Amino acid sequence: MAWKFDSDRPIYTQLLEQIKLGIVSNQYLPGDKLPSVRDFAFIAGVNPNTMQRALSQLEQQGIIFTNRTEGKYITTDTNLITQMRESIAKEQVHTFCEKMRKLNYSTSEIISLLSDVLKEEEV
Amino acid sequence: MNKTNATSLTPLLVCQNLSKQYGSFTALFPMNLIIPKGRIVGLLGPNGSGKTTFIKLLNGLITKSSGDIQVDGNPIGVESKKVISYLPDRTYLNMSNTVNEILDLFEDFYEDFDRSRALSMLESLQIDPKSRLKTMSKGTKEKVQLILVMSRNAKLYILDEPIAGVDPAARDYILRTIIQNYNPNATVIIATHLISDIEQILDDVIFLQNGQVTLYTSVEEIRATHGKSVDEYFREVFRC
Repeated sequence: MAWKFDSDRPIYTQLLEQIKLGIVSNQYLPGDKLPSVRDFAFIAGVNPNTMQRALSQLEQQGIIFTNRTEGKYITTDTNLITQMRESIAKEQVHTFCEKMRKLNYSTSEIISLLSDVLKEEEV
Repeated sequence: MNKTNATSLTPLLVCQNLSKQYGSFTALFPMNLIIPKGRIVGLLGPNGSGKTTFIKLLNGLITKSSGDIQVDGNPIGVESKKVISYLPDRTYLNMSNTVNEILDLFEDFYEDFDRSRALSMLESLQIDPKSRLKTMSKGTKEKVQLILVMSRNAKLYILDEPIAGVDPAARDYILRTIIQNYNPNATVIIATHLISDIEQILDDVIFLQNGQVTLYTSVEEIRATHGKSVDEYFREVFRC
């Protein structure tokens, strides 16, 4: 199955997000070898040059590295992965808060609703 | 254009003031176009916009009224035909032939035909090379033709409506075949109306309107600038 992409944004930014998500959710582990650009493009169902662009960007951010001729690997810097995980989580919470504010929820209402829902889920 | 691909931007197809008249009707106004190597390009436009005229000119099936075309440095002729692999929108194969017989034909015709590549693609689709074309469904016939075209080591692949008339699963397979055969020294031009199905695999798009190129840019540029997919943008530009 090809990956799903929103229609209103560039594909390469969405590739970046999806690969990062794969890393923080342990789908790709630190030090794992990535498929070749062409194979990765094939898996995602995207243009190889677009995939190349996303991978170059990830490389600039230190999230993946190239081992000369052998290919591309996920960083072994677990601190970096932890930071990335936190920043993705924060973005999610920001989006959530924005939506709640549109519903006129105050900070304390958001917190109490959230803790109620979390308790319900535990049961 | 996508800046990160600057290294691969060697011209493959160059059109200078290329035009086509049919009597007093202008099918293609003088067109200037440079398409580099290593790109997958969508040729998009409504019916009658000049897509097929353009494709026929590239394949030497009709003669230009003015201007110049160069494919990999050569004018349209024997040399250009050697490096262009063309999937027409209509079949020209003999339906009573078996796939094996057609493979023989392609091997005779094209020096760059890779029979083993064709056989492995046929196998992955569970198409028996001993079966005759006329016994196959429309979708299977289209898959066979795409396999033949993509099994050449060409420099320019021209696919006219490669996914029309096949089911979504076969569509996926065809698109993946195009990705898998991607070669940084070769370019693929895909003419289609099914934009949303193919835009994920495209680098660039060319919009043709009334015989004129009205836009030639990258998919990502359209998405970044307009906040829309190419499909949505096309619908806006060509609203009836």
